[in-house]
Amino acid sequence: MKVLVPVKRVMDYNVKARVKSDGTGVDLANVKMSMNPFDEIAVEEAVRLKEAGTATEVVAVSCGVAACQETLRTAMAIGADRAVLVESDAELQPLAVAKLLKAVADKESPQLVILGKQAIDDDSNQVGQMLAALLGWPQATFASKVVIADGKATVTREVDGGLETVALTLPAVVTTDLRLNEPRYATLPNIMKAKKKTLDTLKPDALGVDVSPRLTTVRVSEPPKRSAGIKVADVAQLVDKLKNEAKVF
Amino acid sequence: MSTYLAPMRDMQFIMNEVAGLEEVCALPGNEECSVELVESILEEAAKFATGVLDPINAVGDRDGATCADGVVTATPGFKEAYQLFVETGWNSLHCSPEYGGQGLPTLVSTAVNEMWKSSNMAFALCPMLTGGAIEAIAHHASPELRAKYLPKMVEGSWTGTMNLTEPSAGSDLAAIRTRALPVGDGSYRISGTKIFITWGEHNMTENIVHLVLGRLPDAPPGVKGISLFLVPKFLVNDDGSLGARNDLVCASVEHKMGIHGSPTAVMAFGEGEGALGWVIGEENKGLGYMFTMMNHARVNVGLEGVGISERSFQHALAYARERVQGAPVGTAPADKKPILHHPDVRRMLMDMKSRTEAMRTLAYYVAAEMDRAHAGNEASRARVDLLTPVVKGWSTEQGIELASTGVQVFGGLGFIEETGACQYYRDSRITTIYEGTTGIQANDLIGRKLAREKNPGVAMRALLAEIAATVAELKADAELAAIGGQLEAGAAALASATDWLIANYEADTAAALAGAVPFLKLTGIVAGGWLMAKSALVARRQIAAGSSDPFYTGKIATATYFASHQLPFADAYSAEVTGGSAATLALAENLF
Repeated sequence: MKVLVPVKRVMDYNVKARVKSDGTGVDLANVKMSMNPFDEIAVEEAVRLKEAGTATEVVAVSCGVAACQETLRTAMAIGADRAVLVESDAELQPLAVAKLLKAVADKESPQLVILGKQAIDDDSNQVGQMLAALLGWPQATFASKVVIADGKATVTREVDGGLETVALTLPAVVTTDLRLNEPRYATLPNIMKAKKKTLDTLKPDALGVDVSPRLTTVRVSEPPKRSAGIKVADVAQLVDKLKNEAKVF
Repeated sequence: MSTYLAPMRDMQFIMNEVAGLEEVCALPGNEECSVELVESILEEAAKFATGVLDPINAVGDRDGATCADGVVTATPGFKEAYQLFVETGWNSLHCSPEYGGQGLPTLVSTAVNEMWKSSNMAFALCPMLTGGAIEAIAHHASPELRAKYLPKMVEGSWTGTMNLTEPSAGSDLAAIRTRALPVGDGSYRISGTKIFITWGEHNMTENIVHLVLGRLPDAPPGVKGISLFLVPKFLVNDDGSLGARNDLVCASVEHKMGIHGSPTAVMAFGEGEGALGWVIGEENKGLGYMFTMMNHARVNVGLEGVGISERSFQHALAYARERVQGAPVGTAPADKKPILHHPDVRRMLMDMKSRTEAMRTLAYYVAAEMDRAHAGNEASRARVDLLTPVVKGWSTEQGIELASTGVQVFGGLGFIEETGACQYYRDSRITTIYEGTTGIQANDLIGRKLAREKNPGVAMRALLAEIAATVAELKADAELAAIGGQLEAGAAALASATDWLIANYEADTAAALAGAVPFLKLTGIVAGGWLMAKSALVARRQIAAGSSDPFYTGKIATATYFASHQLPFADAYSAEVTGGSAATLALAENLF
């Protein structure tokens, strides 16, 4: 079974995001970039499937600027067998990424596409779902457990009310939630081996995908600063404020 | 608390565009290495530093290593972190492939080591000491000892230590009294007390390999009678399994000002029949063996100055962006802003950033020169010898100053332990002392590396000639001409102090030595200023070629700051060297 793992290069989760003074976006100057943490969980899961003998090949794919090669090398250091970069300097929105991934999936014919449920930069939470629709495959999002057997993926999903378990016929798309696994630290020998693995570069044009943006960013602003708290005199006042000011009832 | 994030952009800039990583990768023996591979290595090392080592740094400070009945227990979390460190293979990065290492260049290990030192200096001392012991054994021990001990040490399953200091033998190693009696079968019985043994005892690994300086009964007096012995905590059987406990014990661990996570042991060897040890190399040549690994060890401690400054800077910067106090000058009083908007806070942070970058550039530059020297380049060898005491002495002295500035940025909260700024300051304080004090580094610089060279001053003049070439390049560029002028003045100050030292060293050695530390700082400032100026030239070329990366404009700004705020000190230090010793030594000893 071949597993395709899309990964995205994003601002490192430890970096405190700052909005550019002109409100056009987040300031990325000199900022440390890393693999989207949810995608890292997806790579880890795919590699575990391979180590368990369930998967035969793990292919990492990333869409974006040339520097995404670093992210792909990270995936290969964790254990992906090879990587594909769809290189583009354009702003890639979720639909464009989903279309690019569909084109890659058509070429690679994986049985499973596993990717993060969302990227921590724009939090769109759309690519996995769009990709499943474009491929016409079943999907299971927010996975906290994935079991592959007999041509089926049995996926435990984290939903509002608790856990839901669904069975999908492969090929399928699975998106990962935080509790699926804890990604390993790559070992130095594996980092060195990763450089000998294949990294192919494709262009959106060659895949026949139009990546031009469909959405316009109007303005990016910081969340409002938390204002100072107040002391309430008694329980009655607290209930009143919760009811009439915070409107929680 | 802030989170440590490796300064990847600056590290990669210095490695790729200043220190010459690509060229280092092309040196014989480095075929495995490439710029892309190094990027991946830095990426993963940064993850480890941020995710594993940084979170237990403050824990190590609060809850340091403890000793009870000779058993030393490391800080909670350290043992697990160390095991992960070994499993992920980081210990073997720089070691020879012959013993299971990855054999990567010094330039690469230097950048990775900086991350360990920034994120957790107390922890990082353990693999650093193992690395030093590996080097001594690999270069000088018999094939049998190498085969028996090195694979486990390279892996990190066993750690190593350096046992030099004794209660009455600190900087003066000639006074060493630890005794070694030949048993007759090639082994020796060692007895004596060693102090200040970093990671001398701990519970993180199954064995510890001590390298111990001692004397044979018939040894000549002084430094010519010191031998180096390998003394394992547990004896190692011929099949590699562990045998009996050797006759050595940790008597206590010190209560220290900083690096609480690193146990500093008092080691008692041979309280019974004598600890079994094996001589490394030949008898009575131990001190020479210790010196062969001194360059690496000293650059590594210099790197602690870089690492602690960077960490302290990141911590202060995070606070300065958050802490709202007052309105910046010229704005409405109600429009209060984070303190980063206030000019004096900006000054402190710029000072920290610029000087840390200068130190990092010097350390990486010297690391790359070590790689070239290793490949047989004699000019590089001379440059390494000259600048090693400067990397060690200058960077660590600056580390203390900058960690102190890091406390200052926090105002009153900086003095409160919970804030975390204090730890970097306290941890930094040891760095100018161990592995040879700043005074020892400075004496080495003006003596062996300058006035007592076979051809006195030749290495320094070669450096000055290179600086002059950079000055010419800077002056040809209107934007950088000011830096050129400041560097030229700094270099002139260094040249005159150099001339004075060479002219007066023999006739009035005391006067020369009284100015040794100012001379070391002078060299550091000019060498650091030179490399920052070279960085600015690179940045200008990138911008001219169309790069819009704001890193490059930032680099020109930090280089300009260094030239205008640090290089002017060169004149003062030079005056101290050439005309200050009489005043330094004027007060008679009894009048103090």
